[in-house]
Amino acid sequence: MSDAERGAERRDNQPDSASRRGFLGVAAVAMGGTLLAGGVRLIEVQAATPAAAGANPKVRWGLLIDTDKCASGCTDCVTACNTENGLATPQRATDAQWIRKIEIKEIKTERSASLPVMCQHCAEPPCVDVCPTGASFKRADGIVLVDRHTCIGCRYCVMACPYQARSFVHEPLTEQKPEVPRGKGCVESCTLCVHRIDQGQQNTACAEACTKAGHNAISFGNLNDPNSEISRRARAAATTQLRADLRLDLGVRYQGL
Amino acid sequence: MPTIEAARAGTQCIADPATMRREHPAMLEHQRDETVRGGIRGNKASLKACIACHASPATGSVAKSESNFCVSCHSYAAVRIDCFGCHATRPPATAMSKQP
Repeated sequence: MSDAERGAERRDNQPDSASRRGFLGVAAVAMGGTLLAGGVRLIEVQAATPAAAGANPKVRWGLLIDTDKCASGCTDCVTACNTENGLATPQRATDAQWIRKIEIKEIKTERSASLPVMCQHCAEPPCVDVCPTGASFKRADGIVLVDRHTCIGCRYCVMACPYQARSFVHEPLTEQKPEVPRGKGCVESCTLCVHRIDQGQQNTACAEACTKAGHNAISFGNLNDPNSEISRRARAAATTQLRADLRLDLGVRYQGL
Repeated sequence: MPTIEAARAGTQCIADPATMRREHPAMLEHQRDETVRGGIRGNKASLKACIACHASPATGSVAKSESNFCVSCHSYAAVRIDCFGCHATRPPATAMSKQP
């Protein structure tokens, strides 16, 4: 409520009794206080985001995927991910894949949906729980990553992940992208385009490609910021987490499943 | 003694050669943990920054041929490094002209 509106409301209530006027005044002041507090928190979140400071613990990066908008047969997000991260187009079942498109169908009603699945960036990641060397870790801003310097390639995390989000690199690689180092003998998965985030660019390659294709099915943003687009969308519509029964508190949410 | 290729003209290293020769593994190891785990980019010591200045004008890489910057010294010292199993040995296409 703006000051002008609040003023107008007070003027409208002029003929009312003094006690009612008093109550409205208190209510207006109280509302002003919340607004102010909300504003202050918003500034804190935004000020702490920029690049050089590192991963911000106040932020929780996530994705919201609207399966109603996701077009069946469209693989623009997968292509964009491969291009962004220097992944070859998968030829064999063992080739690395960070994001994949799946088609699901409710058997009784035959309602089908198309959706991308990638690392769900759990708040309680099973891959981190099982990693024997501490190579799987969760960053302060909620992104689950593999530190390839410590990964020994045991693939325990591949087995622990309920979403089959992780891949193992079997063959030596060449011509990696400078911002996305990756190589043989390590496990890898979606990084939520961490190299972009650290440079202050707040969009993932998949979300960008989806918007460019005109589908707008993927939104990327800060789940902890009530004013971010992703929070607004998640507040407005019913969203679900995949395998919510596992209570892993996912960073990726799906709408329309 | 190995012949070490000169860095790109007009660039300045972050420390003097003696310090760099002795300390660069520790500098890079410290930086890599801060970058991977903490998300802190743009540290003073950075492998990408090394590559930006030291990539060979001939091969465009620091590790492609025996005479390239990293390999020339490491093969002389018989130290096998596995940095380039994952990391690119050449600067990004756009960074050849400017410091990253």
